[in-house]
Amino acid sequence: MNIYIEKENKQLELDKECTGLELLKELKINPTTVLLVNNNEVVLPEEKLSKDSNIKILSVVSGG
Amino acid sequence: MKCHKCDQKAVYKNQGLLLCKNHFLDYFEAKVFKTIKKYKMFSNEDTVCIAASGGKDSLAVLYMTSQYCKKYNINHFALAIDEGIAGYRDHTIEDLKEFCERYDIRLEIISFKEKFGSTLDQVREKALKEYNKKPCTVCGILRRTYLNRYALKLNATKLVTGHNLDDESQSFLMNTLLGNMRHNASLGPITGLTTNDKFVPRVKPLYFISEQETRLFCLLKEFKVDFTECPNIGLSFRANVRDQLNEIENKFPGAKNGMVNAFLEILPTLKEKYKETKPFSYCEKCGEPCTGKVCNACLLEEQLVVRKI
Ligand code: SF4
Ligand SMILES: [Zn+2]
Ligand SMILES: [Zn+2]
Repeated sequence: MNIYIEKENKQLELDKECTGLELLKELKINPTTVLLVNNNEVVLPEEKLSKDSNIKILSVVSGG
Repeated sequence: MKCHKCDQKAVYKNQGLLLCKNHFLDYFEAKVFKTIKKYKMFSNEDTVCIAASGGKDSLAVLYMTSQYCKKYNINHFALAIDEGIAGYRDHTIEDLKEFCERYDIRLEIISFKEKFGSTLDQVREKALKEYNKKPCTVCGILRRTYLNRYALKLNATKLVTGHNLDDESQSFLMNTLLGNMRHNASLGPITGLTTNDKFVPRVKPLYFISEQETRLFCLLKEFKVDFTECPNIGLSFRANVRDQLNEIENKFPGAKNGMVNAFLEILPTLKEKYKETKPFSYCEKCGEPCTGKVCNACLLEEQLVVRKI
């Protein structure tokens, strides 16, 4: 899957299939601080993400 | 996962509640409107001034407040303060103009340049070098003063700000960690009601809304939000408290909400205890209420602005 982390303006590729929660855990991102967008649609972190997903991790935190 | 109210895919989950896009938007609106009503934030005898900056909280509160005011026929307008921060405020002000045009909201812009005599950029170095004042200190004092002053001049009887559940729980925790309960007494969904007729009471319609909900709302409404940060930002204590609180929220969902509700229970006692008893004095220069001889804003003007005669 293709992942874009907005806060760090970082792009990365992962060859795996997992839920959003598992992905965030691996990236050490607190799920309460972000929104997940998959192929331009908001998805819940509990949702399964396939290998060909296009994920955006949007930060909800303002400042600092 | 499906929405609890229909067959659509859920985009929002909050302690067991699942909602699709449309039902989340309804829920968001209902939550904000309920807060406005519960605390009697404004009615159709008010003129409502909405402090706007162009950030996500400000757009969400601006949109919701103007929806509410249009529904109940209440006079309202947006007020933006342009501090003069190149590469940041100039962008958000442009976005704000577009937004207000699109949603037919009257917008007033007050600039430091015009009212103070200098932009924040112009006085930043002098403030730091000669007076050891950080840009955020200068910015905060002037912004607070001008919001109140021009809201009043434009006949507003209420000033709406975009403070949300995260801001409030952070402030409460910060004040508590510093042992400063007096500052906690000036938090809450509505402040400044009884202090002085030269202060416009401030209200916070997003009081029970989290940042996550606000961002989702702005995203689903396709608001154009600029996420550029102010180059002066220096929030280390707040940022620290915020990160810790988010950790707690992740482990104990609903913690921020619980904390703010607990705070609301003790707020009346705090307000009573820290009630201003001594009469206000008024600034010798601008006539606004203050604690010393001249107010902080006038003091800054004396110190920092070089007036061309
Ligand atoms: S970060 Fe500081 S300087 Fe920038 S807008 Fe906020 S208070 Fe003003
Ligand atoms: Zn639904
Ligand atoms: Zn003054």
